[in-house]
Amino acid sequence: MKRNAFISGNDAVAEGVRLSRPHVIAAYPITPQTVAVERLSEMVEDGSLQSEFLHVESEHSALSACIGASAVGARTFTATSSQGLLYMAECLHYASGGRFPIVMMNANRSLALPWSIYGDHRDSLSQLDSGWIQVYVEDAQESLDMVIQSFALAENLDVLTPVMLNLDGFTLTHTYELVELPLQEEVDAFLPPFETPYKMDLDNPKNLAFSSQPSDNTEFKYQQHHAILHAKQVIRNIDSRFAQTFGRSYGGLVDAYRCEDAELIVISLGSTTGTCRVVADELRKEGWRVGVLKIRFMRPFPEEEIVKITRHARAIGVIDRDISFGFEGTVFTNVNSALSRGNTHIPTHNFIAGLGGRDISKESIRELFSTLKKISKTNDTEQNIVEFLNLNVATND
Amino acid sequence: MITVRFHGRGGQGAFTAAKLLGEAVAMYGGKQALAFPSFGPERRGAPVLAFVKIDDTKIYDRSEVHTCDYVVVLDETLFNPAFFNDLSPHGRVILNTGNKELYAAYNSSQLFTVDASRIALEILGRPITNTAMLAALSGISDIVSVEALILALENYMNGAILEKNKQIIPAVIAALLT
Repeated sequence: MKRNAFISGNDAVAEGVRLSRPHVIAAYPITPQTVAVERLSEMVEDGSLQSEFLHVESEHSALSACIGASAVGARTFTATSSQGLLYMAECLHYASGGRFPIVMMNANRSLALPWSIYGDHRDSLSQLDSGWIQVYVEDAQESLDMVIQSFALAENLDVLTPVMLNLDGFTLTHTYELVELPLQEEVDAFLPPFETPYKMDLDNPKNLAFSSQPSDNTEFKYQQHHAILHAKQVIRNIDSRFAQTFGRSYGGLVDAYRCEDAELIVISLGSTTGTCRVVADELRKEGWRVGVLKIRFMRPFPEEEIVKITRHARAIGVIDRDISFGFEGTVFTNVNSALSRGNTHIPTHNFIAGLGGRDISKESIRELFSTLKKISKTNDTEQNIVEFLNLNVATND
Repeated sequence: MITVRFHGRGGQGAFTAAKLLGEAVAMYGGKQALAFPSFGPERRGAPVLAFVKIDDTKIYDRSEVHTCDYVVVLDETLFNPAFFNDLSPHGRVILNTGNKELYAAYNSSQLFTVDASRIALEILGRPITNTAMLAALSGISDIVSVEALILALENYMNGAILEKNKQIIPAVIAALLT
């Protein structure tokens, strides 16, 4: 029988990993991911998860160990956060370039300096070009479900790309909520054991993780790019198949909320989306036509969905829990690029918010929609389009 | 939406109280709940906050809690009259104290006192007051039933400890009536 549990985002990830039956887990604990790794270690210890758990001395070693295990065709999992993700940076490219279908949880956390254990998206977004698929979730149930889906996606033989599953540090990792635990037999049917011809095999020796010459490197990178583009359709298919088995659909690459007739649309990642939904509901009652577009996957980037869903909007706001210093938020850059390729001319505005764990309140999201309304009326794109929400220091303006 | 904030010191079980309340209402009360600590490092003895949001439908708002319907203070030394400013119009503070006469000046419809430490010491032999304070919350409100609270306790503990924690609930309810 299906059962519910009142658990945290970290616990939910661990439950999702247990249900996915990885052969090897290698991880190094770091706040706010620690509990996920502790739970997995306990599960291996008590025998409820038959897996090899490698207690490694660093994140660099954790991902290196996963690459080694993945090279023999093992299903592998790791988890990290913030500075730990940066310490893995070299290996991130080895994993994606080697097409090792590793799944990693990243508890989104700010980057030093100033040192901070609190949440934002600067860690994962700084690694957007590392060749990993990146997905961002909104609650504990989606966290659990996306562990299972991430293995299905990474291991698809036309994709063979590692997946980084991003949960907002503390807001999701440390919040307890009701989660439905899928049945093991249903997960087994949805996610059969990983079978791949591309592995170290004494009977069928292959060359893996090799060097390249200028004559062939571009072709490898082209294929890698093509595989991640192809992942878009695989993501949509997995979402439909998951909904058929487990009754929950997350919309594929994006999740649009009340966007059909929306004049003002706010785009966000992760748990901030929930607060945006609540404010959108309130404003709708007051007669505003507003919607919320959650980007679930930053890579592959859902450019077609964004263009299609926002095409009737009068103004678009993008919340970035990051800043690419000297320019603008990274999500904003990506959204603008998609809109430009879609040949739409809707004014856009960037809201830098929630850095280093700063709360994103309902009031500040209301203000954000008010700003969008003003922009939609005046079509004034001359003003500063990169705005820091709730800034406490005096600015030069 | 109902919001509850717990005040305690690291090690006193304030966050456990929040998790127990969330589990009781979500698993056994037909409600939705989010339970979370004040985010950051955990240190034994340092003041800690824990929060619970309760609603009939799925809770999407993940922003911080500022206005509370109930402020539950596990450790008397953390009491601050400013807590009353954080209350919603019909909100209440529940304070663990053995000296209720010290708080006679406060509005009695906003402040409830219960000698949770004495009851916990008598029954558990330790001043761990999370079950007692949840029993008090159950006693003065309709947000969580005693039955749901007991079912949640059964998921967290067993044996003699569970039985003793179950005994705390009627003892606290009786104390509230005196």
